[in-house]
Amino acid sequence: MKQIKHLLLFSSLLIFLSGCSALPVLDPKGPVADAQKDLIVWSISLMLIVVAVVFGLFAFIITKYRERPGHDSHEPDEMEGNKWLEIIWTVIPIIIVILLAVPTVKTIYELEEAPESSKDKEPLIIHATSANWKWFFSYPEQEIETVNYLHIPEDRPILFKLSSADSMAALWIPRLGGQEYNMAGMLTEIYLQADEPGVYQGRNANFTGEGFTKQQFKVYAESPEKFQNWVNKTQNEAPALTQNKYDELLLPGHVPRQTYSSTHLQWVNHAKNAEYAIKARERQGYNPEEAESH
Amino acid sequence: MQLDEFFVTGDPLIYGADVSIILSLIGIIFVLTKYKKWKWLWNEWLTTVDHKKLGVMYIISAVLMLFRGGVDAMLMRAQLTLPNNEFLDSSHYNEIFTTHGTIMIIFMAMPFLIGLMNVVVPLQIGARDVAYPFLNAVSFWTFFMGAMLFNISFIIGGSPSAGWTSYVPMAGNELSPGPGQNYYLLGLQVAGIGTLLTGINFLVTILKMRAPGMTLMRMPMFTWSSAITCVLIIFAFPVLTVALALMTLDRIFGAHFFTLMDGGMPMLWANLFWIWGHPEVYIVILPAFGIFSEVISTFSRKNLFGYKAMVYSMVVIALLSFIVWVHHFFTMGADASVNSFFSLTTMAIAIPTGVKIFNWLLTLYKGRIKINTAMLWSLAFIPNFVIGGVTGVMLAMAAADYQYHNTYFLVAHFHYVLISGTVYACFAGLYYWYPKVFGHKLNETLGKISFWIFVIGFNVCFFPMYFLGFAGMPRRVHTYAEDTGWFELNAVASVGGVLMAIGFVIIVYNIYYSIRYAERVKTGDPWDGRTLEWSTPAPVPYYNFAKIPDVHGLDPYWQIKKEGKQELDIEEERLEQIHMPDNSGVPVIMSVLLFIAGFGLVFEWMWMAIAATIGVIVTMIMRSFDPDEGHHVEVEEIKEIERNVRRKED
Ligand code: HEM
Ligand SMILES: [Cu+2]
Ligand SMILES: [Cu+2]
Repeated sequence: MKQIKHLLLFSSLLIFLSGCSALPVLDPKGPVADAQKDLIVWSISLMLIVVAVVFGLFAFIITKYRERPGHDSHEPDEMEGNKWLEIIWTVIPIIIVILLAVPTVKTIYELEEAPESSKDKEPLIIHATSANWKWFFSYPEQEIETVNYLHIPEDRPILFKLSSADSMAALWIPRLGGQEYNMAGMLTEIYLQADEPGVYQGRNANFTGEGFTKQQFKVYAESPEKFQNWVNKTQNEAPALTQNKYDELLLPGHVPRQTYSSTHLQWVNHAKNAEYAIKARERQGYNPEEAESH
Repeated sequence: MQLDEFFVTGDPLIYGADVSIILSLIGIIFVLTKYKKWKWLWNEWLTTVDHKKLGVMYIISAVLMLFRGGVDAMLMRAQLTLPNNEFLDSSHYNEIFTTHGTIMIIFMAMPFLIGLMNVVVPLQIGARDVAYPFLNAVSFWTFFMGAMLFNISFIIGGSPSAGWTSYVPMAGNELSPGPGQNYYLLGLQVAGIGTLLTGINFLVTILKMRAPGMTLMRMPMFTWSSAITCVLIIFAFPVLTVALALMTLDRIFGAHFFTLMDGGMPMLWANLFWIWGHPEVYIVILPAFGIFSEVISTFSRKNLFGYKAMVYSMVVIALLSFIVWVHHFFTMGADASVNSFFSLTTMAIAIPTGVKIFNWLLTLYKGRIKINTAMLWSLAFIPNFVIGGVTGVMLAMAAADYQYHNTYFLVAHFHYVLISGTVYACFAGLYYWYPKVFGHKLNETLGKISFWIFVIGFNVCFFPMYFLGFAGMPRRVHTYAEDTGWFELNAVASVGGVLMAIGFVIIVYNIYYSIRYAERVKTGDPWDGRTLEWSTPAPVPYYNFAKIPDVHGLDPYWQIKKEGKQELDIEEERLEQIHMPDNSGVPVIMSVLLFIAGFGLVFEWMWMAIAATIGVIVTMIMRSFDPDEGHHVEVEEIKEIERNVRRKED
């Protein structure tokens, strides 16, 4: 009997875990996503208890008290309410909410800062700018800029500085952590970190119109040495980004991956200038009304 | 503007719709003319101020909108069933999910519930009509014309495509020029007038027109839920009105409230939208709670357990619903303290909601539970809504929400609360109150078949979506690659979607079937009901109550039945004249003019907008000078009608 129980437990665990690799949110590759997964698993467990209790009561009551033909057809007694019962089922939800609220608030505050495990390391700053429908990643310290992909070193916190050239987007790399909005004329910040080298899917999660679905990017997490090599190579080999080229890239549409050895931050920071993209498009004779008719 | 820009062209789906719309219009006109029904239509329906008829028109419109929104849903499911599918391109897909969301919430869920409120609330409180019958007609017609304005975007000019949330700057002129988004703004604006008027009208009705003896704490739960909903409407809808007006100023008159250029503040839209939007989701759930309370109590043959707790919990939910709106954008980068605060307030809503669930369970406990279609919908609500509720609590945990936000997890949550809450309630209410209005029941066999197909379909469709969320699938994507691993769950969801569609078709067929074949009910009280609406004959005479009942407690009709029915006997010699409101053609004309004004603004044809607005003002002036004294129903007529309806009963 006991063995069967263990077997059952073990196999359900296996199923759960094997399912997880297909579920990026539950298969974190960094401390931020990890903290979020812990919170999610904790809340699911508590909620399953709630569901089990309510479903159990529900099933019991409707089978037991269902009217059956031929059964005794007494008139049920009226019940006004019951002070104690009502107190109990007010207090129990309050306790559950507290059990969820405490770790939630703790995690909210934690995620405002670089992960505990790498507190001592200087975060790498990357500006992630969304423009319909592509991603610009600028490394101000390294003076490089990539479009629609990025490289990051593992085990080091990355501080993403988010903004948008136009529509509100959201930077989301499920295996590394939850999303945050990119807004024109606004700066938002989010720490993410990869604990393992690998290629992670990233995307815009917030609807931005026609090209939204394909506004994706890949994250290459690699050892610090490899990362440094990539930086050096890029600095030496990639062309500089010119303002003309940049303005062209801002036109709505998709572009292939690109790499540059300078950043657009020299002439515009979209977190401080909400108008730039509209004006750049106007300069190039772009007319949204014509683009609209399909 | 050229004609081929005016009409949406180049799509077989839309040509198909054009043809079917024109054919059905011709068909309707032909039938009305052939059977000389134009006058009947005008006198009995278009100009009516009778709350029951308005309610019926609300519900018919809502079912039509459920059909339209459902077709949208089927198209989306078809597109998402296979990876890399090219059935719909992104711009079509975007239009479809935008109209789906907007129609389902604004033009289906709310009108359906308001329709039921119209039919039921005056009857439950022992009133002969609402406080302002004329205004009630204005409410219906502005809603209806707003809905029509929104819907014609499909064939004329193009539909909005920025989502039902219409976030700026994407929804602004700079990124979405053209009439589509204007339709959203003006359709909702015109319909919003109606909703606000309904809120005021029903609150006054409930506060001032209750039968003698019906204190607040003796009101039926559906009436309570309607009253609280009205308060929510009165506080929330003006916010939407202002937000829509500001965006209209931006788009049509070159203002800069939400623009990228010249210092607009896009985040302001998100705040205004959700300050209205969160109470809105409670506007469509509280009446549903009321309906379930009535149905569960009736078919358990017990009074509602914890009546007072039920009322207080709704009040608490209503209050909390105004201080949780930020949970719709935890990811906007607010301070940890702000996100923590809104996490806590949101989770707190689970407490009164939990109380309600246990009270329903205890109402069933030791009852004599009769299972029929209305009750099945109410029973299915409990487990399904619990799933929606607990996942709501999970979403309320801001730090975790960064992962759920904008994903299919969220889509699953709100369909679990909106479908198993609001839609199940609409169906339960439809089956429950239908005989009161039409004098016959809906067929139970078809009812049960459609129930099972729909409910199973619903769970098959939406439960997998929680896992799609964990699998990283964002909402509003129009397709996905094969290597995402999202195919299987999407395919399953689509199967569920088809089942729901079949269920819906059977429900509609059941109405047709029952009209043709169902037996007339012999009494006004086919379910052995507890509240005053069941004390009236079925179908209800247009003045509702020949004699206004006296109320001595909760569930007054149940009490009367227990104590012997004499109290309800109509003593003919004591009947008095009844004062009833007159019909009026002003509401429908005014609303048509509002439609024309809105249409003019959509295309920025100012001459049309101005002329129609002047027309609206003229109708208002006309109305102000109309003494509208109403008329009296003579005692003889009442006797005649009552003898007829009561004779059937014995
Ligand atoms: C226990 C009660 C509930 C809680 C704690 C809750 C919580 C939440 C939260 C936190 C969100 C935002 C998630 C996000 O955007 O990331 C949300 C979204 C939503 N909820 Fe609920 N909810 C509850 C009940 C309801 C009910 C009763 C309804 C309507 C009948 C509802 C309808 C919606 C809708 C429509 C959205 C999404 C709107 C959109 O983004 O398009 N919720 N809910
Ligand atoms: Cu912002
Ligand atoms: Cu909300």
